[in-house]
Amino acid sequence: MNSLQRVLTTLSHQEADRVPLCLLFSLHGAKELGLSIKDYFANPAAVVEGQLRLRAKYHHDCIYTFFYAPIEVEAWGGEVIYSDDGPPNSGEPFIRRLEDILTLEVPAVKATPCLGKVFEATALLKAQVKDEVPIIGVVMSPFSLPVMQMGFDKYIELIYEQPTLFAHLMQINEAFCAAWANAQLEAGATAICYFDPVSSSSIIPKELYLQTGFEVAKRTLAQIKGPTATHMASGLCLPIVDALAQTGTAILCTSALEDLAIMKAACRGKLTVLGNLNGIEMRRWTVAEAEAKVKEALAKAGKGGGFILADNHGEIPWQVPDEVIRAISEATSKWGTYPLTWLEEEV
Amino acid sequence: MSQLLEPFLQALQALNRVEAQNILCQATDRQTSIELVEELVVPALEEIGRGWEEGSVALSQVYMSGRICEELVDLILPQSAPERKKQPNMAIVVLEDYHFLGKRIVYSILRASGFELADYGRMTVEELVVRTQADGLELLLVSVLMLPSALRVKALRAKFDELGLKTKIVTGGAPFVFDENLWQEVGATAMGRSASEAIEVITQIMEGKL
Ligand code: B12
Repeated sequence: MNSLQRVLTTLSHQEADRVPLCLLFSLHGAKELGLSIKDYFANPAAVVEGQLRLRAKYHHDCIYTFFYAPIEVEAWGGEVIYSDDGPPNSGEPFIRRLEDILTLEVPAVKATPCLGKVFEATALLKAQVKDEVPIIGVVMSPFSLPVMQMGFDKYIELIYEQPTLFAHLMQINEAFCAAWANAQLEAGATAICYFDPVSSSSIIPKELYLQTGFEVAKRTLAQIKGPTATHMASGLCLPIVDALAQTGTAILCTSALEDLAIMKAACRGKLTVLGNLNGIEMRRWTVAEAEAKVKEALAKAGKGGGFILADNHGEIPWQVPDEVIRAISEATSKWGTYPLTWLEEEV
Repeated sequence: MSQLLEPFLQALQALNRVEAQNILCQATDRQTSIELVEELVVPALEEIGRGWEEGSVALSQVYMSGRICEELVDLILPQSAPERKKQPNMAIVVLEDYHFLGKRIVYSILRASGFELADYGRMTVEELVVRTQADGLELLLVSVLMLPSALRVKALRAKFDELGLKTKIVTGGAPFVFDENLWQEVGATAMGRSASEAIEVITQIMEGKL
């Protein structure tokens, strides 16, 4: 079974040969190549090489073409701030006054140089891995992007206090998001991961989600011409599972702060669960702890398919040592091979 | 007072500023401002903080209710009011990070609880060492969102120790929530999982328990 077949089998809620493992690497490719994070993302060929080397090293089941979330504000002319040992961050918001929302224009995605690098990397990777490995592209949801466009405090106030301007911003962001996702699919991405942590129950209450992020997701996912996964970036999502299942997404990524067994039960038959190893803690795990955490996750969610093992944020931090990642990969092969008979034996 | 807590909480959760203000004003006839803050506003904010830690209250509600309380308390207890708690000498900062909402919320909630503190904005380790020494801070609240920024607290603590600064560091923000050992690893005195836990931690420090 190749990686794509393995992932597709689990998506149909069947057991594959083993539990699929998606190691979602963005920054680690730079480490492999000995490049600074800034130089690495400046060069699509480097990202391609980084992804291929990481997959050869850890044998996981996906290619991840995520560069960094602020690439989307860069596309609108916003500032990106690089760091030597962590992900790039967005700088000063470019929506400074509420009126600015009315004059925003959707960038032409295919003509935007920073996004062009992602399309180029995607196409080159597709030529290499063909249909053997799923290539996962990434978009920020129209509902979560404004945190970087205008600042988090101003955005929360907008949601509560300015319904008309909020609706206008969503319309613009939805058009951008769908075009950006579809261009990645055209370039060769197999599926799109829709990052929507502002919808998470950590950030807004369920009732507000149903009126806002939920409607935005339904409209946007309907325009994306390929399969999607919804990621809460380690925000909580158990309270809104049923609504999420109605947005048209196939996969839901859950937080390390949520119980994987409860999550799996809530998603059964509706959504495949992806998660939920704690990336922040992973930095200081021993090899034995890594193995124990993998076993625990497999025991809680592995049976019957419908599960992909991954970190809980959609990005393994720069500080996580190689031996921990190797231990995760080895433990997945050792304990994640179906059927999970050791589960019965250990009870 | 206790019978006002529930309606006050409800008004905050519904983000009904007018109603919250009415409840507070009704009580001003019977209580001093600082009593009101301590017996009504602080318990309400603590309840909301507990809800956020348990996952039953969302961040947008924490932010909006904190903002309402800060405004209301500024009305009844202006910045210069002698009753405001000026002790310990403290400040809040975002350390080598570009995310300000956590700091903004903690700052609002502390001010709404009657504390006065300096807001240093964003600083690097070097800038912060100079400023902390110049201001003779007893307590520094550090907010971060990114993991590398959280790890920089270690260098900050080391610089403080080198200079013999006794300033206590209290950390908070997502990395400290996801790794419960991190605050100790970087040499902080304590951490808070929510903004209202900052009130508890400061109170303990003032009582000499930390
Ligand atoms: C929503 C979200 C997003 C949104 C908005 C982010 C933003 N603020 O700009 C979007 C989709 C844009 C996003 C993007 C990214 N994100 Co994000 N995101 C989140 C999420 C779900 C919530 C973050 C947030 O802003 N919360 C609101 C703040 C106010 O909450 P808080 O910091 O926890 O603060 C509360 C308490 O901790 C406490 N507190 C805070 N400070 C202090 C201080 C003291 C003294 C005390 C006592 C208490 C206290 O009070 C606050 C209120 O209760 C978190 C995961 C999570 N579950 O928390 C990840 C998270 C913050 N993201 C993360 C990352 C890495 C990113 C990206 C860099 C990814 C990338 N490679 O591009 C980008 C960068 C975005 C940017 N601005 O440049 C990581 C950061 C840690 C790390 N790995 O380094 C997190 C923690 C996920 C994880 N588990 O790893 N993200």
